[in-house]
Amino acid sequence: MMFDATDTCAPQSMARRCLQVLSLMTFATVLCGSLVQPVIAAEPENPWPGLARDIFNGRALADGAGLIAIEMPYRAEDAAIVPVTLRATLPPGDTRALKAITLVIDQNPAPVAATFQVGAGVTMISTRVRIDSYTNVHVVAELSDGQLYTSEVYVKASGGCSAPTAKNAEEAQANLGQMRFRQFSKTTDGPASGPREAQIMVRHPNNSGLQRDQVTLLYVPAFFVRELRVWQGDELVLAMDGGISISEDPNLRFNYLPNGATRFRVEAIDTDGHVFKGEWPVEAAM
Amino acid sequence: MTLQPTMVASEVLHRSRHDVALMCRWAALGIDVPNRFAIRNGERKGEGNFSPDIHFSRAPLVRLAVAILILVGSTSLGRPLTPDAALEITEVAAGIFVHFGVNDLMTADNEGGIANVGFVVGDDAVAVVDTGGSVREGRRLLAAIRAVTAKPIRYVINTHAHPDHVFGNAAFARENAVFVGHRNLSRALSVRGPFYLSAFRRIMGDVLDDVELVAPQRQVDDEAKLDLGNRILTLHAWRTAHTDNDLTLLDDTTQTLFTGDLVFLRHIPVVDGSLRGWLAALGPLAEIAAKRAIPGHGPAAAWPLALDDERRYLDRLAQDCRALIASGAPLATAAVTAGASEKSHWALFEEYNARNATAAFAELEWESTQ
Repeated sequence: MMFDATDTCAPQSMARRCLQVLSLMTFATVLCGSLVQPVIAAEPENPWPGLARDIFNGRALADGAGLIAIEMPYRAEDAAIVPVTLRATLPPGDTRALKAITLVIDQNPAPVAATFQVGAGVTMISTRVRIDSYTNVHVVAELSDGQLYTSEVYVKASGGCSAPTAKNAEEAQANLGQMRFRQFSKTTDGPASGPREAQIMVRHPNNSGLQRDQVTLLYVPAFFVRELRVWQGDELVLAMDGGISISEDPNLRFNYLPNGATRFRVEAIDTDGHVFKGEWPVEAAM
Repeated sequence: MTLQPTMVASEVLHRSRHDVALMCRWAALGIDVPNRFAIRNGERKGEGNFSPDIHFSRAPLVRLAVAILILVGSTSLGRPLTPDAALEITEVAAGIFVHFGVNDLMTADNEGGIANVGFVVGDDAVAVVDTGGSVREGRRLLAAIRAVTAKPIRYVINTHAHPDHVFGNAAFARENAVFVGHRNLSRALSVRGPFYLSAFRRIMGDVLDDVELVAPQRQVDDEAKLDLGNRILTLHAWRTAHTDNDLTLLDDTTQTLFTGDLVFLRHIPVVDGSLRGWLAALGPLAEIAAKRAIPGHGPAAAWPLALDDERRYLDRLAQDCRALIASGAPLATAAVTAGASEKSHWALFEEYNARNATAAFAELEWESTQ
């Protein structure tokens, strides 16, 4: 008795209504493609072409396979601290040198995580980033001839109660600007006489500023390390222009070629204009 | 003609499943559907009963069709129209009731019901301890409470801000209860809540409809006592451990301790605050004069024996991370090796250990002296 006409339904209008119901259902069936699995969010549009155009002013990006690699876990275990290693490998005979590396997390609120200018011998940079959701991560290497090369990986968002925010907000604030500098005897996979590795750590909440205070309804202002520079003597080893996708307590591990200088110098500047400085003697390789 | 839930799907475009369920009930009962539920269909404007202003009540035929379709759709989507079934509860001590969550990740199927939730009944009133991982679970907890007592719910206590403990809060919004939490709970909810909502929406879909982040009206700085009528609950706010907003609750009458996620049993502990802080809290925790503990995850257990497994795991994780840091190993290595020897002891080890190791390594890197 589904389509039983009532006293308000003249036969012709009933037919029309049947048609309407059917056509509405057809309409619904068409829409249904994106709704049959409401649990799975629709794939967002690929933002990379637009991002690449905007970040690199439309310059051509060549395939970086074999030249620039990006290492990340397939799943971001902890959304707040996802290790990422960028590694440039120039083929034998290629006389060009690595000049800069840009790290882009496509789906993050601020996709450009960092841009690194590198000094002599730097071919590897490890850091930690925040991953907000399922995303492609791109690395773009600029070589000394101005050519750009790109590689990408896909990273699944973390599960559980992980969140891309501070775990211990008070401590992060209390120790603001503390620095640690660590030197490793040699690279993990090279000879002791060759390049070495070092690590710089800076205590900073690196707040995203995208969070809304539920009580005041105001947005927490962004507060992050925007510049971090490391020198060997007077020679720049590594400079990072960072953003809010870099994890709390920014942490860079990198390789470099010792230049004979006796001291390392580090300077970090945050968005509030704080300048944090540190200096450490170069340790002998063991 | 096969009836598919497609109509439901189209209806859901602009409204929540909850609304659709209401529409369904009203339409089936022949009740006027309020304006906000009127079909939006601009393309058919001015044509018969499908103009935007027309209610279902003026289109009995359509109403009936929609009602049937929605009914079919609702059933096939596993959304029963019966009232919320009470959660299964156990009276672990006189007046202390607990629903033990499953050792799993939050999913649509388990309605987020992975954490232990419970309630304490005093002479005058009831206190709820955590509300579950969805409003649906919260409603089922409320139904369980109402099956035991008609006394008013005076307090809703959240042991910390994680979604499996607070997503059911909205189910108690009409109970006139005071929401209670750690002094840092508000901040944690505001900073993490929106992220949790969108992240779990992807996993749980419309099971998360109605979830609201409810900030505590009463904040515990250090210690607080709540009276339920001849029944005193002692609340303690901890320094950063499992999270930076952990709260425990001791029922003085039965010496039962609700530990929140400061204690995990069987379910691998999850480090989301400070590993060092958590290890430091184990001593004072063990000194609490309780007979039994209700952990955040896992079975009720004798106190302080309940801490042993967790202490062993956290110690192992810290020792492994310290050794890796000393050896110069990178963070990515720690994620796959630290704590690995604990694997056979815990449920959900694969889901959480690498994450714990990552967080622990990043924290412990700062303790080395230079």
